[in-house]
Amino acid sequence: MAADVRLLGASFDPAAQLAAFTAAHPSAGGVVSFLGQVRAGEGVEALELRHYPPLTLPGMSALGETVLARWALDGLLIVHRHGEMAPGEPIVLVAAAARHRRDAFAAADFAMDHLKSDSWFWKRERRAGEWHWIEPRQQDHADLARWA
Amino acid sequence: MAKLVFLGRLEDLAGGPDRDVAPGPLEAVLAGLPVELAVALLGDRVRIARNGELITERGGIVLEEGDEIAFLPPVSGG
Repeated sequence: MAADVRLLGASFDPAAQLAAFTAAHPSAGGVVSFLGQVRAGEGVEALELRHYPPLTLPGMSALGETVLARWALDGLLIVHRHGEMAPGEPIVLVAAAARHRRDAFAAADFAMDHLKSDSWFWKRERRAGEWHWIEPRQQDHADLARWA
Repeated sequence: MAKLVFLGRLEDLAGGPDRDVAPGPLEAVLAGLPVELAVALLGDRVRIARNGELITERGGIVLEEGDEIAFLPPVSGG
């Protein structure tokens, strides 16, 4: 089984994605999902994620394979946006389906930590009409170190 | 020509997402860029990919016709 990994340039419907994924894995006893969305407030008008096509999707696919090799899963879904997004829009959806819930929780957690700090995305925010690049967060690297 | 690609904040320094350059040693290509940009591109935390493959040894790179060299600053995704 391969992970279902997608990099999208337009908005997506997380509920529809999750429904299709769940329906495709009826033998899984549990499905854990995480949805990341553009945080509203702090004057943020828009968020943009840039990617580098030769590396970004191949890197996400490799991450999917790593997750599948590490936990006993029935299925893994990774959907990630690039491009410009408005507050409240979904950025990333990760779902892991497993016979037992602990594998699903851990796999989704691991995938998110690696998408945040170890995938080829660059983020900037528009505030008061001006774009500002976002620097990596130390917390993201600390999160990643949990899995070493 | 060869192409340099600038990701993240490097794009702002470069004044655009990419730039066509004449083939040749990367050192010579960088020497032809604005100093502030060249220094940023050579930063310790900037990774380099050649034609979509990350390279670990940046010394001695010679750009050939059609090559694409991408400069990748620390990521800040998700």
